[in-house]
Amino acid sequence: MSPTDLAVQEQQAAANRQRVVNDFSIQIATVNGSGSQTANMVLLRSILLMGVPVSGKNMFPSNIAGLPTWYTIRTSKRGYVGRKKEVDFLVAMNAETAKEDVLTLDPGAAVVYDAPLKLDTLRNDLTFYPVPFDKLVAPVCPDAKLRRLVRNMIYDGILANLLGIDMALMEKALGKQLGKKGKAVILNQGALKAGWDYADANFTKQDPYVIEPMNETAGKILIEGNAAAAIGCMLAGVTVVAWYPITPSSSLCESLISYMKKYRIDKETGKATFAIVQAEDEIASLGMVIGASWAGARSMTATAGPGISLMGEFAGLAYYAEAPAVIFDVQRVGPSTGLPTRTAQGDLLQAAFLSHGDTKHIMIIPASVEECYEMAQQAFDLAELFQTPIFVMMDLDLGMNHWMSDGFKYPDKPINRGKVLTDDVLKKIGEWGRYKDVDGDGIAYRTIPGDGMPAYFARGSGHNAKGQYSERPDDYVENMDRLARKFETARQHVPKPVIQNNPKAKIGFIGYGTSHYATEESRDQLREETKVETSYFRLRAYPFTEELAAFVDAHERIYVIEQNRDAQLLQLMKLELTPERVSKLRSVLHYNGLPIDARSVTDDVLAQEGFEVAKKTTARMSAGSAGGE
Amino acid sequence: MATPIRVNRIGLEPQIYKGGKTTLCAGCGHNAISERIIDAFYEMGVDPRQVIKLSGIGCSSKSPAYFLGGSHGFNAVHGRMPSVGTGAMLANKKLIAIGVSGDGDTGAIGIGQFVHLMRRNLPIIYIIEDNGCYGLTKGQFSPTADLGSKLKTGVVNDLPPIDTCALAVELGATFVARSFSGDKKQLLSLLKAALAHRGTVMLDVISPCVTFNDHEGSTKSYAYVKDHDDPLEEVSFVPFFEDITVDYEPGSTQEVTMHDGSRLYLRKLEEQYDPTDKISALKRLHETARRGEFATGLIYIEPDRDDFLELLNLIDEPLATLPLEKVRPGKEALDEIMESLR
Repeated sequence: MSPTDLAVQEQQAAANRQRVVNDFSIQIATVNGSGSQTANMVLLRSILLMGVPVSGKNMFPSNIAGLPTWYTIRTSKRGYVGRKKEVDFLVAMNAETAKEDVLTLDPGAAVVYDAPLKLDTLRNDLTFYPVPFDKLVAPVCPDAKLRRLVRNMIYDGILANLLGIDMALMEKALGKQLGKKGKAVILNQGALKAGWDYADANFTKQDPYVIEPMNETAGKILIEGNAAAAIGCMLAGVTVVAWYPITPSSSLCESLISYMKKYRIDKETGKATFAIVQAEDEIASLGMVIGASWAGARSMTATAGPGISLMGEFAGLAYYAEAPAVIFDVQRVGPSTGLPTRTAQGDLLQAAFLSHGDTKHIMIIPASVEECYEMAQQAFDLAELFQTPIFVMMDLDLGMNHWMSDGFKYPDKPINRGKVLTDDVLKKIGEWGRYKDVDGDGIAYRTIPGDGMPAYFARGSGHNAKGQYSERPDDYVENMDRLARKFETARQHVPKPVIQNNPKAKIGFIGYGTSHYATEESRDQLREETKVETSYFRLRAYPFTEELAAFVDAHERIYVIEQNRDAQLLQLMKLELTPERVSKLRSVLHYNGLPIDARSVTDDVLAQEGFEVAKKTTARMSAGSAGGE
Repeated sequence: MATPIRVNRIGLEPQIYKGGKTTLCAGCGHNAISERIIDAFYEMGVDPRQVIKLSGIGCSSKSPAYFLGGSHGFNAVHGRMPSVGTGAMLANKKLIAIGVSGDGDTGAIGIGQFVHLMRRNLPIIYIIEDNGCYGLTKGQFSPTADLGSKLKTGVVNDLPPIDTCALAVELGATFVARSFSGDKKQLLSLLKAALAHRGTVMLDVISPCVTFNDHEGSTKSYAYVKDHDDPLEEVSFVPFFEDITVDYEPGSTQEVTMHDGSRLYLRKLEEQYDPTDKISALKRLHETARRGEFATGLIYIEPDRDDFLELLNLIDEPLATLPLEKVRPGKEALDEIMESLR
């Protein structure tokens, strides 16, 4: 039997398998800077418009143009939006990575590829669809300079044909993506159609993957976490923003700039009700935020790990002088420059104790775009209520990827500006001191420059309850104890965990942020594959709330699932929980730069539980961009 | 009959402008500067409740506690006062900001923020109390220490100094002056003119350190500065709320109209010196430095350039106190955004 016969047999076997409907992943391998983002977004949105739950993740290099990029789209009829470890359908557009991309696929996967790459000779257990992209693009795009961009839209047309995506919806998605750019819309429509026609004339469907209409996405939006947070900041009434560009947080401030320019210009005067300043570095960014909040503005910055490191000194000042600040940390992979375009949850310990001395900070941790929006608003209230920095711990996966969500709800409460001294309060409390704890909750009344109330001298040096310079031991202790009391009060005000208690479960999972999606899916896998039941505690804030100890008590073993090497949340929990509770804690850790996936969690938990686990191939992208700098 | 109480044009007594008792060394030039600040703010009738005092870290940066006790103040971290001041002015553009820094706080750890403050032309009076050494950590050299000046331990400075005035002119500050802590008349005039200027005022005040740097080997000792001071012009300042009287001979004075309408008169010691000409300002600074002298007086002024807050097109009211309806767009805005994402 010749190898060709074998290939034919394999292909037929694949075709005979059961169809896989709305439950597979597509990976598009391109070169960054080639304009594939439009084609990828159109594909993503067209599946959403089909009513099928979908998510998209961009695995891109720290580079402007010319290095490999992978975009992964996952469709899931059950609504899973975490990363799927296996790639089912590959679109290989990048000559540089195509060979390795194909070699690491699981058997049965399908590959659409640029015909000159001749990938079909590499394996005989996959379905191959060669497409002569350059030949197809020439007639639909007379302008040779635009062909590189337009040829990407051809694979959308090919996929629409092969997967069964409604072309009308794809064109609708294209219109949404390109808006009023008339010429671009026409060119890309031509390319879409050219792809569809080519597939229709030349391919017989041999792979099992199809999209069929569902009704699961009515009214859903597609948005990145950074843009969602920006909308939240705008509705929270932010007035001063200082920032320094850094991946993956830049798009938070850039989205905010565009929203504010549209919705926060005063209608009567045409003037801005906000100031957004690109500072000289992250140190100055936080300095401006602190100066602004001290002078009464709602102020914020957004950064990533390296910026957080630089902000250390100012974070300590804000903690000790008690100036509100909202700091978004869109986490990326460290240490140092690390992997700037990959995701992690590695800044937790750093943010919790940022700065020297006994300093600790409130962190809130959104897991969804909706929570980015809501917690952005909460962050400003908490910052002013507690007169201290609030760290909103996002990550690259959440911040820069597009997520499906219900529309956001308009805030139903006014903003809370916290304890600011007024004449009435002054009458009630008698004597005012800037750091005097009149209510017993550790929070003192502040005055704002220019408001006509008594002045004080804010400082990072030792001070007494009146705000006067002091090196007296009793003044120092009294003030530090009050700050600790304030932190205790915060436990009652930070977002509570989301708990799913399963009375049959001996195992409890604790997850946070984007680890949520893999955790949720892993719980289903464990139940369905091995009948292992679990409870789930999604942590949303530090300091911890009282529910944490109770959750640990209710289970025999606790798996803390996080995306860092050093089990940072677990370490933080060790500082607060009793030794008996700590002895129940175990870790599931994922830190290769790719978003955590359910299979990895499930396999890790099963191994720790003593099950036999088959070794799977390791994550494929980690090797993919080696050497690019 | 009680003695009539002396008040300024807004009815406040001099006492209101005083601060806490100084903890700096007796005879420290910084204390004289604090006194001139008190005089200038009193005489100009500035409401202390509208003033913010800012500083970094060091002997100089302690001094805002010693003037304008009724004003809010922020003693920030070392070298980072410009960013805190910038944030505060963004929050409330009606405030009057005065920042006090030192030569180490500005020229070493804070040079980055200093550079960008000057570039932005933020409305702030930025004073460097310049003694060429780190007083609070017992006398190490700062970046403004002159080449060849000697520590008490005998160590000689072999690095060239940073001229903060030349740097400020180059970077875009719109009011650059240098004075000497002991020159009451000149310093007071410059401070009053600074209060009338809209934009960044960079005022380098040579202020000898009586403990660590006031000895013969130092170019920032009292004796050295008094012998090497080269006044550019005699400065007389006439605020807009007082009758303007001119007693200068035409041809020997230069009039500069300030942002608020008041006028600054410069008695020029040299006919050709023009403080509105950037190139001649830089030339003059370099020439005096080459002679081992300090040019004092108003070195450079650009009264008409937009300040940073004007460039941002901010609403007239302070951002800090805008009501909720001005800062939270209505539900229709959110609906529109949501629709665009579907």
